[in-house]
Amino acid sequence: MLRLPPFTYLAPRTLEQAVGQIGEAGPEGMLVAGGTDLYPNMKRRQFEPKVLVGLRGIRDLGRISGTPAQGLAIGACATLAQVASHPAVAEGYRALALAAGAVSTPPLRNMGTLGGNLCLDTRCNYYNQTYHWRKSIGFCMKKDGDICLVAPGSPRCWALSSTDAAPAAIALGARVRLVGAGGERVVSAADLYRDDGMRYLSKAPDEILVDVILPPADGWRSTYWKLRRRGSFDFPILGVAVALRSGPGGVIEDARIVLGAVASRPVVATRAAGLVMGQRLTADLIGRVAQAASEPAKPLDNADLTIGYRKRMARVYVERALRELAGLPYDGAPGGAR
Amino acid sequence: MKVALTLRINGEARDVIAPVHKTLLEVLREDLGLTGTKHGCELGECGTCTVLVDGTPVLSCLTLPVEVQDREITTIEGLARGGELHPLQVAFTELGAAQCGYCTPGMLLAAKALLDRNPAPAREDVSAWLAGNLCRCTGYLKILEAVELAAARARGDAPQPTGDGGPPAARVPQRSGGAS
Repeated sequence: MLRLPPFTYLAPRTLEQAVGQIGEAGPEGMLVAGGTDLYPNMKRRQFEPKVLVGLRGIRDLGRISGTPAQGLAIGACATLAQVASHPAVAEGYRALALAAGAVSTPPLRNMGTLGGNLCLDTRCNYYNQTYHWRKSIGFCMKKDGDICLVAPGSPRCWALSSTDAAPAAIALGARVRLVGAGGERVVSAADLYRDDGMRYLSKAPDEILVDVILPPADGWRSTYWKLRRRGSFDFPILGVAVALRSGPGGVIEDARIVLGAVASRPVVATRAAGLVMGQRLTADLIGRVAQAASEPAKPLDNADLTIGYRKRMARVYVERALRELAGLPYDGAPGGAR
Repeated sequence: MKVALTLRINGEARDVIAPVHKTLLEVLREDLGLTGTKHGCELGECGTCTVLVDGTPVLSCLTLPVEVQDREITTIEGLARGGELHPLQVAFTELGAAQCGYCTPGMLLAAKALLDRNPAPAREDVSAWLAGNLCRCTGYLKILEAVELAAARARGDAPQPTGDGGPPAARVPQRSGGAS
């Protein structure tokens, strides 16, 4: 049986209380919202916090407010099911609705939160295992060991950013509000992440991700495509978020293409997005953009399915996502369906 | 850290004193004797521990009891009413939608939540809704058909079970005591 290690559970009612409690707990404390990422990791002894500060009792953190015309603020404790089915998210920020709706399974999405998915621990075949499994193979540097078992000569950890929401949030130009003892700061969703499998967030451990701020949706259209073995349950082994703003005559005025699950942080394909600026989307152009977007994807042998296939599918999925937004025929389906 | 909790389970208030780090699944099975909720992967990857909290399916293996105080928890033991099986249970029995039975409590509760929201789900709706509940026996088809049959009966679009000569489906079996 996999049981949780012992801890003290605090249930603050206000953000101020939570900031005080997590600050007081220091390195022994962790924040928890839905628990769908943290509790499995605690059962596998990847984390053994002595104090948990539960955020779900803070009413304001669950709120979704605003409109696509003004911009939207989504509280970090809004569940993934709420985000996926919220009319304003679906209308103005479709990539985020598709991404939230593609996380794991229906019951898990009733528990897991948007903030939790954005802060999702990085994943690796050598890390997401029970304590005994990890012990038998000699542990890895992300937990209890000192080398990377995927790339033993590497000085760094290559665990994968496996959040579905982050590529979508970055493509949509989202910012996140972080509140800590030192006050509040707002950073772009892209700047929340670091290229390091171990210290993968720029957020301090005692800062609380409070909400996700989406800019006005005027003229933007977006989508999210997810590759995984099954049509449910699985984490992404590739996520592709694309957002486009078109002007008169279908000329693309702004574009963002973001890949998930190909590195320790979401990868923004800046050069590929640049290729569509000022252009109309044609099948030929889409092919070239997809090729360029897939170049930064350098999968390692630490997730499901083979490296070569995952690399090839980066081009295919960017192409499908762009064809979908261009109104051209495409194979497959957006979101997490198969 | 032990906590004294009052949980509302299947319409009854149940008092329990348990370590705060025991999951709802563990408390239901080990402290309250409600062993109908099954214990599968323990990591949120199989759905067999599904219970309803305020009518919404959640995974009891990843829920702390302290997080669901004052909420209405429904387990499989709360599905039958007054000795009569729930129509979903009748349909599952009639159509052989349970084989080994291990996923069945989670399937039934998830299906109940679906039919409470959507009395006439299409096949794709049922399939998408149950996509968090693994079954390793049936191939799912009989489960999907059973949910559709129960929904059709509730709408009056399918004949009610006759109860004569069919499987002993329409009565709750007497509990013989002991955990299963």
